[in-house]
Amino acid sequence: MIRFFLTKLLYLVPTFLGITIIAFGFVRVLPGDPVLLMAGERGLSPERHAELAAQLGFDRPLWQQYLDFLGRLLHGDLGNSLVTKKPVLTEFLALFPATLELAFVAIVIATVIGVPVGVLAAIKRGSWFDQISMTVALVGFSMPIFWWGLLLIIFFSGTLGWTPVSGRISLMYFFPPVTGFMLIDSLLSGQKGAFASAVSHLILPSIVLATIPLAVIARQTRSAMLEVMGEDYVRTAKAKGLPFRRVVMVHALRNAMIPVITTIGLQVGVLMAGAILTETIFSWPGIGKWMIDSISRRDYPVVQSGLLLIAGLVMIVNLLVDLTYGLINPRIRRR
Amino acid sequence: MTDTTVKLSSAAIRRRMLAEFWYHFRQNRGAVAGLAVFICLVIMAVFAPLIAPHNPAAQFRDALLVPPVWQEGGRAEFLLGTDAVGRDMLSRLIFGAQYSLFIGVVVVSIALSGGIVIGLVAGFFGGWVDAVIMRVMDVILAFPSLLLALVLVAVLGPGLTNAMIAIAIVYQPHFARLTRAAVMGEKRREYVTAAQVAGAGNMRLMFRTILPNCLAPLIVQATLSFSSAVLDAAALGFLGMGAQPPASEWGTMLAEAREFILRAWWVVTFPGLAILVSVLAINLMGDGLRDALDPKLKKS
Repeated sequence: MIRFFLTKLLYLVPTFLGITIIAFGFVRVLPGDPVLLMAGERGLSPERHAELAAQLGFDRPLWQQYLDFLGRLLHGDLGNSLVTKKPVLTEFLALFPATLELAFVAIVIATVIGVPVGVLAAIKRGSWFDQISMTVALVGFSMPIFWWGLLLIIFFSGTLGWTPVSGRISLMYFFPPVTGFMLIDSLLSGQKGAFASAVSHLILPSIVLATIPLAVIARQTRSAMLEVMGEDYVRTAKAKGLPFRRVVMVHALRNAMIPVITTIGLQVGVLMAGAILTETIFSWPGIGKWMIDSISRRDYPVVQSGLLLIAGLVMIVNLLVDLTYGLINPRIRRR
Repeated sequence: MTDTTVKLSSAAIRRRMLAEFWYHFRQNRGAVAGLAVFICLVIMAVFAPLIAPHNPAAQFRDALLVPPVWQEGGRAEFLLGTDAVGRDMLSRLIFGAQYSLFIGVVVVSIALSGGIVIGLVAGFFGGWVDAVIMRVMDVILAFPSLLLALVLVAVLGPGLTNAMIAIAIVYQPHFARLTRAAVMGEKRREYVTAAQVAGAGNMRLMFRTILPNCLAPLIVQATLSFSSAVLDAAALGFLGMGAQPPASEWGTMLAEAREFILRAWWVVTFPGLAILVSVLAINLMGDGLRDALDPKLKKS
């Protein structure tokens, strides 16, 4: 197992270096003077320009700049935002819980609904439930989620007036962030109605973000179950006279879950892309909206480091998924 | 292989393959429905100037935010209503089909041809060439696709052409991986060795001998990428990074409509519906293609 783990880890090194090269190169290939782009100052005198170029390291050879960049990275220095002047890492860490909370609730919704639907569709293959749920899943999979979010706002916020349109919690409530997760912080604050407000703000964005993963998980669970249900050991279990429930839940589902868990893990990239759109629609103050805002404000240090952090995050989660896969499926490890 | 060989002309073989393909494809009702919708879309896009009742850019100043014809205040000349500057929604949606299909075709062509060449080279030569190429592909795949496309557009500058290039770059590794896997499976086969012994050069081996036998998974992936490209381009348009106003690209239309969501439901609903229907149709076709072309995947 340790060997399996180390091999996987070793494979990540070139990928991670590649990610740093892309993030590093990004600023250098932008049209315009990188010094002006990264310093964000206008009307520089030639002396100030030279000073800034030296300070930012643009006067040195490219390979040296890259090594400096890597060095700073390893020390946790990701540069400062041009707009807020705050360190990018600080901003990222402050906003990340909002995205994590949203993504976590979304993936829970997607799994809790998607897996049972997929299992039911598989064991009732060809029934109306199977056909309808798989049609709905395909619609969900094809959904432009930015439009889906707007529709939900029109209906639930506009017509019914049930949910707020944007933000994480009503302005009526104020408490210092403890964990950064609004659901937990609102409970800790002890203010009446704060938790309900946080939930009502979270519900639509998390449904929107859950839509595509839900469809993917339901489809994947169904096909994994169908495959497993045809296996010899399931037939044996049925032949032994075990109750159908037990055959499905214990013998089939446990094996079918192996590819499904991978699928769930692989949704992290989908969630990050979805978070960009979802957070934009609902003005959710997370890293997706932060990236979009930074791109449109030309806050390139943030875009550069944000890109790096998000890709690094996706990479680590994918590694964890690989490891889980190795843990639950011993056949993989031996290869 | 103990099959007795019957000599058929290549045209006859192609006809038989097509007939067999259609037989399997037809089994899937959803796929046939998807194909029908897709053909309608193509017709709509090609004949847009003839079908559309108005010029998509014409602004009717006396008809701002007119609701669809069946609603109170609707006007017969604007079947699906007008937008905030008095442009006919229906005409814009019809012309929008041109954008979506164009985006899909361009993105898939670039990603497919790039991916095939890269995948063929990696799979055929193996060794360090393969290792380097595949690590580069891994790096591209490590980024969430929309994010990488966004950043690429930020580098290249917002606009439809750059959005298409960015999306194609992001999709290309999927094709490269698929081609490589297929090539690695095929290159040890006897017919490849036979061609090699007969004196075929590397180029001929790669493109004429091996490639045609790797096409099935690539066609399926191309269909799926087509629908994702339509979605992603619309998302970029929605975020202001794709086609720029006043283009009647569906995502861009949605972005312009955002501020009216609580006042004029039609300016928001129809462009999104158009995206959903086209993407759904292409995905249905993709499912059917996969079942018909790839018996290995035909499990459900």
